[in-house]
Amino acid sequence: MAELRPPIESGAPDPMPYMHPVMVKNYGKWAFHSHPKPGVLYHRAESGDEIWTVKAGTARQMDHYTIRELADIADQYADGYVRFTARSNIEYMVADGSKVEPLIKALSEKGYPIGGTANSVSMIAHTQGFLHCDIPGTDASGVVKALMDELYDDFVKCEMPNRVKLSTSCCEINCGGQADIAIIVQHTKPPKINHDLVANVCERPSVVARCPVAAIRPALVNGKPSLEVDEKKCICCGACYPPCPPMQINDPEHSKIAIWVGGKNSNARSKPTFHKLVANGLPNRAPRWPEVAEVVKKILATYKEDGKPWERMIDWIDRIGWPAFFEKTGLPFTKYHIDNWRGGRYNLNASAHIRF
Amino acid sequence: MAKKMIDTPNLDELESGPWPSFVTGLKRLAKENDMMVDLMGQLETSYKDMKGYWKGGTVGVFGYGGGVIPRFTELKDENHQPLFPEAAEFHTLRIQPPAGMHYTSDLLRKMCDVWTATGGSGLIAFHGQSGDIMFQGVKTENVQKAFDELNEMGFDLGGAGPALRTSMSCVGAARCEHSCFDEAKALRTVINNNIDDMHRPSLPYKFKFKFSGCPNDCVNAIQRSDMATIGTWRDNIRVDEAQVQAYYKDHGMKGLVNDVISKCPTKAITLVASAEFKGGDKISAANLGDGNTMCIDNKNCVRCMHCLNVIPGGLRVGLDKGVTILVGGKGVLKIGATMGTVVIPFMKLESDEDFERLNELSRNIIDFFAENALEHERTGEMIDRIGLANFLEGMDLPVDPNMINAPRSNPYFRSDDWDEQVEKWNEYKQSSAA
Repeated sequence: MAELRPPIESGAPDPMPYMHPVMVKNYGKWAFHSHPKPGVLYHRAESGDEIWTVKAGTARQMDHYTIRELADIADQYADGYVRFTARSNIEYMVADGSKVEPLIKALSEKGYPIGGTANSVSMIAHTQGFLHCDIPGTDASGVVKALMDELYDDFVKCEMPNRVKLSTSCCEINCGGQADIAIIVQHTKPPKINHDLVANVCERPSVVARCPVAAIRPALVNGKPSLEVDEKKCICCGACYPPCPPMQINDPEHSKIAIWVGGKNSNARSKPTFHKLVANGLPNRAPRWPEVAEVVKKILATYKEDGKPWERMIDWIDRIGWPAFFEKTGLPFTKYHIDNWRGGRYNLNASAHIRF
Repeated sequence: MAKKMIDTPNLDELESGPWPSFVTGLKRLAKENDMMVDLMGQLETSYKDMKGYWKGGTVGVFGYGGGVIPRFTELKDENHQPLFPEAAEFHTLRIQPPAGMHYTSDLLRKMCDVWTATGGSGLIAFHGQSGDIMFQGVKTENVQKAFDELNEMGFDLGGAGPALRTSMSCVGAARCEHSCFDEAKALRTVINNNIDDMHRPSLPYKFKFKFSGCPNDCVNAIQRSDMATIGTWRDNIRVDEAQVQAYYKDHGMKGLVNDVISKCPTKAITLVASAEFKGGDKISAANLGDGNTMCIDNKNCVRCMHCLNVIPGGLRVGLDKGVTILVGGKGVLKIGATMGTVVIPFMKLESDEDFERLNELSRNIIDFFAENALEHERTGEMIDRIGLANFLEGMDLPVDPNMINAPRSNPYFRSDDWDEQVEKWNEYKQSSAA
């Protein structure tokens, strides 16, 4: 065995050596910003120093050739510095306004869309899916690529009432996070149990404890210790799958896609909100997920048409009310939209506040 | 090398269209890397069958217990041999990025060089949902080699499993006028002083810190971290009258009323005739130059950021800056998604002592979580189970009405020590007035 060296436990690295010098110099001393055009931000420091940021979309998981190409563009047009946003957009910062247009041209020529700022639909925050997850009900990179092709115009233009954040998650655990519009796989069938494997693979008490509705019990099946699921209680969440892979939750036919809207992490105007279910049962259909794209585009178009300036999706819905949301988007309202989880009654209307 | 490419009709569909395609990247890598040929084979099979084919396992580096995400293929033939042997092992290294995700072009290239030279696939994700740089695709035998090189460049593994996780901070002080504290310093103070809990997973479940410079919360700390540090201020909104007037000139009375005044959630903004304007300690004012003055009642402002977002530079965060701390944000599983709850409405975060206090607080919260949470229980679920009051008591933090939306409406509680609690409140009020 080769000699092993102990790791250097350096933790989170200091960003200063990798930060644009104008940003280092004016760290904590910025005074103003504006939005000259889609994909471009302008910031001015108290010292009078200026910096322009050009934001471009990426595929998030990139081959090293792409990364080297982005690095070459940084060297040639952008002082050699970049940063990434929480939604995997790349940002180039330049201290000279005359460098903005050549930079945009270089990025555009290589196929990187410029946008994602202000009232645009930003790149979709997403999870790993088939590429690397052990419990995916669908792919994530593929859903996102297919959808961003459809929403390309909304990324490069800023025509929404306010910014729109999207996320995609390949199962109900929702690693993609909260968003104005969230696209999430919804399992619709209880797990199928491979009883031959459970005893060897799963620590049964911890699987029982993991179930949020106490639907799993230990059982003897064919003389072997296994588990059983009370299918009436089961909510098909899939939480039992990670500690016990023989409880297969993914189902090529019955894993459906649900759409949720109105999540917002900012405290601006209203307090932060979680997204809420609006559509469900959409087919999980690779490689283009057309039914999902159709619903997302319908919601976006309705919001664009009806929302007022500065209203985030939830601000708009709060103003018009949920009945109007379902009416305007044409989405069906079912008993499954009524929350029956713990604390769900707080979501019910305990008033005579009704719009006619 | 140069294994024959596998037909991927489904993936090929994802090469058309205007958005940059990850499939094109995968194909480019596959031309020179057999692992990527087989990876594409497995991915195409997933697209065809609509099923995932990875399982986890235990792969790590010397000295650490987590940070590598092991993946082994489950696509096997009748003799239990992998259908796509070159990608039968396809592990990810989670690497912590520089706070704020800043890179030089040289650093990006060096990372690419190391990744390809040490047997990595050449595929990198900037970044995962917790902020890690994800070096995706390496065989078990090359994990140590790849990590060693990255580690010697100054980069360290992130978290996985029941451990402290990689953290995120917004761009903040580096480029944003709303920044209320040094986000990168806060992140590095908290993470690097608790790094043992990242590298040797021994907590009940994951624990995340996130740092946002202002209530716009660009890294989604309140919903997605067990302890959220959100920048804020407690004095008056600063006004640059020239900038406000410039906004007013562009947008007029209609814009000011509809987009600024009527969207203030606490109706803290009013218009008064400049001739009648009186001002006051808690009033920020901008003379609009047309006989009207815009007044902000800072006593009733909840620091939501809306008016500052609409008039950047014209309205600015105050000078008495600090942070609000919230605890217990998390995703789904046991009790559904929860947001963080305010546990410290305001604390200064400027001096070394302030950062030491943040550091102590974070250590105390991790310790309390480690001792009191059940297995696979997040901090938010623990607080749900034991009640916020017990958590605050354990942390020795005083109660404050900013922690609630409304007081209790349920009369079923026991209050033998009411007088003692009133005494505590009086002491708290006196100490915060001092």
